[in-house]
Amino acid sequence: MKIAINVHLKKGVLDPQGKAVLHALETLGFKDVKDVRVGKQILIEIDTEDKEKAIKEAEEMAKELLANPVIENYEIEVKE
Amino acid sequence: MKVGIVVFPGTNCDRDTKWAFEKIGAQAEFIWHNENELKSYDLVVLPGGFSYGDYLRSGAIARFSPIMKSVSEYAKKGGYVLGICNGFQILLESHLLPGAMTRNENLNFISKFHHLKVINNNNKFLQNLKEGDIINIPIAHAEGNYKVDEDTLKSMYDNEQVLLKYCDKDGNELNPNGSIDCIAGICNKEKNVFGLMPHPERAMESILGGSDGVKMIEGFLK
Repeated sequence: MKIAINVHLKKGVLDPQGKAVLHALETLGFKDVKDVRVGKQILIEIDTEDKEKAIKEAEEMAKELLANPVIENYEIEVKE
Repeated sequence: MKVGIVVFPGTNCDRDTKWAFEKIGAQAEFIWHNENELKSYDLVVLPGGFSYGDYLRSGAIARFSPIMKSVSEYAKKGGYVLGICNGFQILLESHLLPGAMTRNENLNFISKFHHLKVINNNNKFLQNLKEGDIINIPIAHAEGNYKVDEDTLKSMYDNEQVLLKYCDKDGNELNPNGSIDCIAGICNKEKNVFGLMPHPERAMESILGGSDGVKMIEGFLK
């Protein structure tokens, strides 16, 4: 089973990369872009067909290692 | 004094750190990250560098190196631990110090001398300095933008855990990287685990730009 874990900086935490990309997009002519947040996606293949088990494992992985709860939020997405 | 300096793959300030501690008369040796047990030391240093290439987040992978289990136990028993730059990031990721690091606000890697103000000297590390002292120490990092939630920050002030802040030569706050409250260095509640982004080991000789690092690390001798 393929699982995606999306990690982003929390709302209150300034995202300097997002800001830089926002300015670059404005320079390109995309004047209507209001906000950009840059995060990361971690794709994991788990050897199970049990969706619930896979999500539970991914939760643990995110909490323990893949995201830092002080500054980051994460979402788990089942790909297939 | 016997100092153990932990070397991770990607650590690059290990030799400078060893040299600095030997210069003040300490005995220093390297500890490879793959070792499981710590010998008897008076101080364990996690030096600067780019452990594991800063993959995922700075310090996030080094936390799982075999030696870190012993370092955590050593710290929890009251042993002195100092994390410099990447070492500080590893201590944050290991939950031995509160908070987290994010990218510098201006996205640049900043490498220069920077003034620091001593906020609290009621600890072993800064005991040779006075509160309000202004020192000049090199910084060299891309992820030194310190973040911590407000409740924790308040308790850190209450417990004298905020040790160093970035400032200009006159002591006015000057923020190079976006850190909350200009914080450059902290310690834990028990005051035996210290972390700072600036590099005292690079300020050991006036001929090399400054020697304010000597007073800092000499604190561990007493």
